[in-house]
Amino acid sequence: MNEAQQSLFEFMRQQSDKLLMQTLQHIGLTFISLFLAVLVGLPLGILIARRVKLSGAVLAVAGILQTIPSIALLGFMIPVLGIGIKPAIVALLLYALLPIIRNTYTGITGVDAAVKEAAVAMGMSRKQILTKVELPLAMPVILAGIRTATVINVGVATLASYIAAGGLGEFIFGGISLNNTNMILAGAIPAALLAIIFDFGLSRVQHLKFKKLKSVTLALPFLLILLSSFYFIPSTYGSKLTAGFTPEFMGRQDGNLGLQSKYGLKINTIVISDAVMYKACYEKQLDVISGYSTDGRLKAYDLVVLDDDKHIFPPYYAAPVVREDALKKFPELEKILNLLAGEINDSTMTELNYRTDYLHESPEKVAKDFLIANNLWKSERAGNAGTVRIGSKIFGEQYILANMYSMLIKGYSDYGVSTKTGLGGTKIVFDALNNDQIDFYPEYTGTGLLAILQASPNTVNALSGDKDKTYKYVKTEFKKRYQMRWLQPIGFNNAYALMMRQKQASALRVKSISNLKTYLNN
Amino acid sequence: MIKVDHISKSFGKVKAVDGVSFEVAEGENLILLGTSGCGKTTTLKMINRLIEPTSGEIYIANKNIKGQQPEELRRGIGYVLQNNGLFPHYTVAENIAIVPQLLNWSKKQTEHRMHELLEKLHLDKSHLKTYPKELSGGQQQRVGLARALVADPPVLLMDEPFGALDNVTRSKIQAEFKALDELKRKTIVMVTHDVQEAFELGDRICLMDKGKIVQCGSPADLLFKPANSFVRYFLKEQKLLLEFKSVRLSDMEVKIDGVHSDDTVWSAMDKLKNSGNHTKELEQLMTAFYQYQSE
Repeated sequence: MNEAQQSLFEFMRQQSDKLLMQTLQHIGLTFISLFLAVLVGLPLGILIARRVKLSGAVLAVAGILQTIPSIALLGFMIPVLGIGIKPAIVALLLYALLPIIRNTYTGITGVDAAVKEAAVAMGMSRKQILTKVELPLAMPVILAGIRTATVINVGVATLASYIAAGGLGEFIFGGISLNNTNMILAGAIPAALLAIIFDFGLSRVQHLKFKKLKSVTLALPFLLILLSSFYFIPSTYGSKLTAGFTPEFMGRQDGNLGLQSKYGLKINTIVISDAVMYKACYEKQLDVISGYSTDGRLKAYDLVVLDDDKHIFPPYYAAPVVREDALKKFPELEKILNLLAGEINDSTMTELNYRTDYLHESPEKVAKDFLIANNLWKSERAGNAGTVRIGSKIFGEQYILANMYSMLIKGYSDYGVSTKTGLGGTKIVFDALNNDQIDFYPEYTGTGLLAILQASPNTVNALSGDKDKTYKYVKTEFKKRYQMRWLQPIGFNNAYALMMRQKQASALRVKSISNLKTYLNN
Repeated sequence: MIKVDHISKSFGKVKAVDGVSFEVAEGENLILLGTSGCGKTTTLKMINRLIEPTSGEIYIANKNIKGQQPEELRRGIGYVLQNNGLFPHYTVAENIAIVPQLLNWSKKQTEHRMHELLEKLHLDKSHLKTYPKELSGGQQQRVGLARALVADPPVLLMDEPFGALDNVTRSKIQAEFKALDELKRKTIVMVTHDVQEAFELGDRICLMDKGKIVQCGSPADLLFKPANSFVRYFLKEQKLLLEFKSVRLSDMEVKIDGVHSDDTVWSAMDKLKNSGNHTKELEQLMTAFYQYQSE
């Protein structure tokens, strides 16, 4: 919470290295793609101005590219180009294409017909007409297109951080994940300034007199190349392995900051979205990633969790959280919910998640199969003694758990069940419980501690990552503050974890984070 | 100098020019006259291959223009457009120097010729460094003419060269145009829809309608020997004025004091009016004119 009180200026000064690097990367990304877009778009625009029949098709394709949501476009690139700068540049290039092609076309076709006729009638060749008449006269319009493309690129380049291409998006999205306003602004303000500065600069060029315009136009390619090279200036310190961490993980004490301070881990790190992180690790583009310990993709991509031997990741043990009044209203409920206590360990949960997330089996089927295999399943009873309302957050694991509880309640009591699954994130589902709209939902101790109770750093340190202490603390506090009870933990711990490919980990004999550090230091 | 032999041009199903033939002698000023859409501009543009004819041949100096590189051909033909077609991103000097540059003239030669023309066309040297849009319409048209004349091409094509000018400026430039000896040596084909302009500037006039030539002849021929009712009708409104302007004293075989025999009736009247009381001479002039008219 100290961070929130820190002023934006202090934050920027503290992070000035990162800020400078990200800004340079951002400028580089913007202009590499812009340069390529000009190389592609200008000739295309000239071509369709010559062959007007082609113009409809070319402009339509460029227009469609423009309408693809940027995140989706980046997503399409990953299977083809992997992660990093390549897909980011291609995506940015495609966005910049439309304004450049369209303005080149409009500019050239808009040259006064009398001027073109005069040029032909004086005996100029086609090439001379293009270079001496059409392009110079179309230049203000073409520059307007480049200007539009530049501003678009500065904006879209913030998304490059999703696929590990760097840029100011690292601060922006990291800040959003961490609810850190200073961090968001430290990324957003420079990004906005870049857009304004480039827009202003190009507007000045656009309105120059023809004489000066000529020399500036000639200087432009060199300027573009110079600005493009900014991307390569920031040098990352090399290490044997490459890590990919989410923006959120990067800024958390129980994340990269802890890895650095408690383990002294120094690894070449790139920032990446968790949507593509696992796959990138599987495809050997990353070696170490920050994931969730029960994620189904762990199994799908044959990854292994490194032991957190210094306990920097707080425990996230799952347990049902129930309203006190619901326990009174449904006397049998506590016993039934505790049927699952200790039944599901990490690997089992990973397996179950794998079946829903990766094999796309329904959570209902996965839940039923598990109960039958563990002799917990009973067929439905009357269901006429009142209705228990179950809530869940909006991801697979919670759906599975909600289904299991629903089946258990129906099988072991006469209560009816209504499920309200997909209640978004922690805040939404907890508010629903607090306002008596649901009776219980599965929660994680770490989330209860940090997100709901917002425990102070001192408290968190005092609990020192101990799973029983944490459980006891949240149980007591929830009862005191919200009249809610934490029932017995289900058994698995869905916490942050560092992961590597199974094969590589065993080849390097890395089992814990300390092993990893030792390996990197040698 | 120029021979146009049965040329036709179709745009899709529309026949814009239909079997047009005419010849222009060296140093002659031929006017293609007609209303909008009569095919006069299309005919003109086929002469420097801005438009390729569907059929028919054109010869310049006895050479078929089809056999020449279009760019080479055009560099040897001056071209003046209605809206001057000056390059807005070039200064006046650069505009005038376009063709010399294409012909690889030396800088000195270009400059010498440019200054020569400026003087003849009443343009100030200070204009050389300005851009076309800073000039008046009349000045722009003069620059356009200078650009067409700079390489001294034997043939000049003009597409409504004075069409965009106001009346006062137009008569002034027309007068200059007539007086310019640079133009007297040139073979000129000019397109216009302005009957007065045609009669004032043309040695011969080809009146066109619906893609065909209706009548080709001297101004007097068109006035006094119209080929058909179309020609008569076309000239009807301004007939008297045109007659005054096209009949010369030598045509009427009459001599009047203080007036040259090469003068037209119109200019003779002008001169007499401006030099005191000449009622007698004016009467004499009118009588001769009415006699000539009724013949």
